[in-house]
Amino acid sequence: MAETTHPSGAGAHGAPGGGEGTSRRDFLYLATGAVGAVGVAAAVWPFIDSMNPAADTLALASIDVDLKAIAPGQSITVTWRGKPVFIRHRTAAEIEQAKKDDAASDLREVQTDASRVQKPEWLVLIGICTHLGCVPLGQKPTDPRGEFGGWFCPCHGSHYDTSGRIRKGPAPLNLPVPPYAFTGDAAIRLG
Amino acid sequence: MSTGTTVTFSNPVVKWIDSRLPIFSMLDHEYNKYPMPRNVNYLWAFGAIAGVMLITMIATGLVLAMQYAANTHIAFDSVERIMRDVNYGWLLRYLHANGASFFFIAVFIHVFRGLYYGSYKAPREILWMLGVVIMLLMMATAFMGYVLPWGQMSFWGATVITNLFSAFPIVGDPIVTWLWGGFSVDNPTLNRFFALHFLLPFVILAVVILHTAALHVCGSNNPLGIDIKGPQDSVPFNPYVTLKDGFAVVVFFIFYMGFVFYAPNYLGHPDNYIPANPLVTPAHIVPEWYFLPFYAILRAVPDKLGGVLAMFGAIAVLFVLPWLDTSKVRSCKFRPIYRQFFWILVIDCLVLGYAGAMPAEGSWLLIARIGTIYYFFHFLVLLPVLGKLEPVPQLPASIAEAVLKKEKA
Repeated sequence: MAETTHPSGAGAHGAPGGGEGTSRRDFLYLATGAVGAVGVAAAVWPFIDSMNPAADTLALASIDVDLKAIAPGQSITVTWRGKPVFIRHRTAAEIEQAKKDDAASDLREVQTDASRVQKPEWLVLIGICTHLGCVPLGQKPTDPRGEFGGWFCPCHGSHYDTSGRIRKGPAPLNLPVPPYAFTGDAAIRLG
Repeated sequence: MSTGTTVTFSNPVVKWIDSRLPIFSMLDHEYNKYPMPRNVNYLWAFGAIAGVMLITMIATGLVLAMQYAANTHIAFDSVERIMRDVNYGWLLRYLHANGASFFFIAVFIHVFRGLYYGSYKAPREILWMLGVVIMLLMMATAFMGYVLPWGQMSFWGATVITNLFSAFPIVGDPIVTWLWGGFSVDNPTLNRFFALHFLLPFVILAVVILHTAALHVCGSNNPLGIDIKGPQDSVPFNPYVTLKDGFAVVVFFIFYMGFVFYAPNYLGHPDNYIPANPLVTPAHIVPEWYFLPFYAILRAVPDKLGGVLAMFGAIAVLFVLPWLDTSKVRSCKFRPIYRQFFWILVIDCLVLGYAGAMPAEGSWLLIARIGTIYYFFHFLVLLPVLGKLEPVPQLPASIAEAVLKKEKA
């Protein structure tokens, strides 16, 4: 391997202890290569990781929301981590429909309504279509709510039901439920 | 024709420099005496036109970057300031925005010219593949540039396109978060897009230099698709092709300036004059026109990952095109059957483009699906099979012979 055509090779061979020099060069070659490869990998990581969310972005992690003013049938949208979060005060009819749909055959990501809420009347969702990230319509009373009475994404036609589950259209997953906890009867903390 | 002979320059300064850095010899060899097939038509000018557009984009982009501010709070307003307050800012911005469209027009014609005359076949495979790399880089650059004004289409275009990567299982979501530098398209995203939008044109320039270097190894193809066999088949690049390219550039710029001065917003989208709002998605998100065929392919597939793979696949087939086309005959001039399928492909791409601009439902979705299937059928089935079936014609003995016969007739 080190018997190269490099001009200094001949001299090294001719020198006393030439054989030793050759194996030493082999060792240096391998060691330099190995340390160099590890070094490059270690150097590349900070560059890549610098593009991940910074500390100040991560710090905007939790917000408090007061739900008192939301009447049954109404929804509000709050911003959490730069994303819209849908909070709907569901009516009895919507809750009933959502429970009935637990058995629907067209559920793509099978989840029961009970597993998606902490209190049945409050549905909290990240309002981002799981297809390509548009904000589905259905928050305002005048919005189209799709075929299942929940939300409808106008970009590529995904329909979500009254539990925010995907029923029709290109989106693969249900609208995700963000981490939240009730801090009072009608108050939650997101994140 | 004196390729290969050394040049002697009469100017002593040029001579002095050239013996130390042979830049003048190189220019003389590549852009003065360089032999071009004598029968190239005006479609061969679109490479030069694309080159001029790249320089135009870099020049206008440089001065625009001196005025633009890549921060979500002021990006939109800084663009309006360019339009209203900066000296000739309106002109520079319209040159840049319409320049992107005309750059793509030139490149798409350049690509279809290559398809028609078989310019991707041996020995020009690497030349062709470098061209596909340039087109991909252009798409990335144009996409990021469209995000910078931070209007509604900028924001939602960025959201939809970056979300494409979330289709990949397991690694998808971390990749998207990494691309965004956060949990949604936001200030970190805008900042990095500006940095990359500034960088990529110079990467394109570097690949263009490789593209030209590869071209000058085997020389330009020509409408007959046969090689130069002797000096009688070629003309020196200067003055014949420099003038022809120059004339074509001037005509192309008349159309370009027509848009810049009389319809500067025709190719844009009015929604991008609404500042970005992360809580409201526009009713119809439509990409810029040059992405529409690919957008149609994306939406034609009812599965998220499938759609993303089909869209990237539409470019990937171009990479392997030199090996998909089994015909040894380059030019469509001698392939009467393939010639008709070429035009069907052109129509297919236009139909896909139109379907991409329409809502993805009803008959438009069906048309997009048929168009998508045909696109892949053309490259993956038709080209390999047709090359074997189509009769091999008698090609002209030389370019000169064919040209002179035509003149006599």
